[in-house]
Amino acid sequence: MTKGKVTICMGFEGSANKIGVGIVTSEGDILANPRETFITPPGTGFLPRETALHHQQVIVPLVQKCLKEANLTPKDIDCLAYTKGPGMGAPLVSTAVVMRTLAQIWNVPIVPVNHCVGHIEMGRLVTGAVDPIVLYVSGGNTQVIAYSEKRYRIFGETIDIAVGNCLDRFARCLGLSNDPSPGYNIEQLAKKGSQYIEMPYNVKGMDVSFSGILSFAEDTVVKMLKKGTATKADLCFSFQETIFAMLVEITERAMAHCNTQDVLIVGGVGCNKRLQAMMKIMADERGGVLYATDERYCIDNGAMIAWPGLLAFGQGDTIPVEESSVTQRYRTDDPVINWRDD
Amino acid sequence: MATKEEDQTVGLMPKCRLLCQGAEGRVFETKYWKKKAILKQRFDKMYRHPILNKKLTRQRLGMEVRGMMKARKLGIKTPTVLLVDQETNSIVMEKMPGIMVKDWLKAGKYSEADLDTVLATIGKMVANLHDGSLIHGDLTTSNMIIRTESLDITFIDFGLSFNCSAQNGPEDKGVDLYVMERAFLNAHADLPGLFEKVLGAYEGETSLWKSTFNRYSEVRMRGRKRSMVG
Repeated sequence: MTKGKVTICMGFEGSANKIGVGIVTSEGDILANPRETFITPPGTGFLPRETALHHQQVIVPLVQKCLKEANLTPKDIDCLAYTKGPGMGAPLVSTAVVMRTLAQIWNVPIVPVNHCVGHIEMGRLVTGAVDPIVLYVSGGNTQVIAYSEKRYRIFGETIDIAVGNCLDRFARCLGLSNDPSPGYNIEQLAKKGSQYIEMPYNVKGMDVSFSGILSFAEDTVVKMLKKGTATKADLCFSFQETIFAMLVEITERAMAHCNTQDVLIVGGVGCNKRLQAMMKIMADERGGVLYATDERYCIDNGAMIAWPGLLAFGQGDTIPVEESSVTQRYRTDDPVINWRDD
Repeated sequence: MATKEEDQTVGLMPKCRLLCQGAEGRVFETKYWKKKAILKQRFDKMYRHPILNKKLTRQRLGMEVRGMMKARKLGIKTPTVLLVDQETNSIVMEKMPGIMVKDWLKAGKYSEADLDTVLATIGKMVANLHDGSLIHGDLTTSNMIIRTESLDITFIDFGLSFNCSAQNGPEDKGVDLYVMERAFLNAHADLPGLFEKVLGAYEGETSLWKSTFNRYSEVRMRGRKRSMVG
C-alpha cells in the first residue's frame, strides 16, 4: 500500500444476477456500495443474456449513485477494480466494458480481481478474522478454503452442483418467489417446519455432493405435497437441515486437518441465519470463533471487488486496458495472494 | 471441550485422557487390560438434527469398525479393534506408536530415500485397499500414522469407508484418489510432487489401473474445470 497517502478504488461486480459498484479506501472504509438485483418470476432462473441486458441498463446510474453517496468526483478515484471471473460470460463482459470505458475517460489504472478472493478478503475486512478456514457458499460455488503459501487453497468443494444452485432449484420446484432471493424464502418457510424428513446425505472426505438430494427432492416433493404427508415448510426445514449439516461437517473436517480454530462464512448462502447458527455450535464446541457477515457483504457487491483491488494495487498489480479480459472459469487457488505474508 | 489434563470416564472406560478433538469425535488415551489403548467417541453433534445425528453416528461407527477389520484382512495395517460400545458410540482400539504422516512431512527430518519409501508404501497400501473393493473415504495425511524408526504406516479413521460395487468401483476409487491428491497438494504445498510418487506406486501395485485411472482423470477434470458462477 502507498505509504502516507490514502488511495481510493471503485470496484465493479457483475458476475451473476447482481450488479454492484462500490468505493473503498485503503484504510478499509467503505464509502458507498449500491447494488441492483435481476429478479425473475417464480419457477424460473436467470439466463445470461437477460441478466446482461439488466446490468447494461442499470450500471451507469449505479456508478453515478455510488459517487454521489461517497461524495466524491471521478478525480478522487485512484484505480478501478473489476471481476475478471469466475461467472457468467455475458454479465461479466457487460460490466467489464463499462469499467474499461471509465478507466480511459478518467485515465486511471485497472486491477483484475478473482470473485472468490473478493468474497474472502471482504469477509476478513468486515469481521477482522485473521487466518480462518473459509466456507464459501453461493449460487455457483461451494468451497472450503484455507490460506497457505500465497494462495487460497481449496480443501473441499462440491463435486457436482453448488449449494446455492441446489437451493434455487429446490425453491423452483416448490414454486417459491425469487424476491428477494429463493434462499431467503426457503429460510423463512423453514422456520415454520417441524417434521424432519430423511433425505440423502452425501459427504466424501472434505467434498460434498448435492445432486442426490436435489433429485430426491424433485422426485418426492410433489408426491408428498399431493398426499399431504408433508407441508412445504417441513420440506424446506428438512432440506436446510440436511444440506447445512453436510457443509458444517466438511468445514469441521478441514478445521481438524489444518488445526485451525476459527471459521469465516462468505458468499450469498452465508447470510442464512440457520447455517450461521449451526456453524457457531460447531465452532464453540471446538473452542473457536465463527465470523459471519450480513447480506450487505455476503451477497455479491462492488466493495468486495474494490477492496482486494486496492490490496493488489498496493503491490503494483495493474494491467493495461487491452489485457482487461474476463473468464468464466477462474479457480480460487489460481491467483497469487501477494499482499499476505503469513 | 474438556481440559487435556484431567482423567475422566468415557462410556465404559475409566481414566481416559483427552488427546485431541478430531472432526468425527474426541480421541482419548486409556488402558485396556493394562495395555495402552485409544478410545474414540463420537459425541452428539448438537448442530445436527437429532434424527440425522443418530443415523450418521450409528452408520459411521459401524463403517469404521467394518472398514478396519476388512483392511486388516487385506493386509493393511490398522489398529486392532478391542471394544465397541454402541450405547456411547465409542470404539476402543490399539494405540499405534508413531506420529501423523502430516507432522512427519512438515518436520522434514528424513532422507530423500526415506521419503520415497514412505510415499511408495502409501501408494501400495491404497492400491491394496482398492483392489479389495474397500474405499477409505478420507485419505488425508492426518489419517496415516508413521513409525519414525521403521517407517511402517498405519491407516486410521475409517469412518467414511465403504465397500464399492463392481459397477461403481472406478468412480469411487477415482474420487478416493482425488480426495487424497488434494489433501497432499493443500496440506503440503511446500513439497510438490508427493502425490505423483504415491500414484506411481499405486499404478505398480494395482491390477485395475486402467479403469481407475481413467475415471480418476475424469473426476479431476470435473473438479478443476467446473464453471463457477455467483
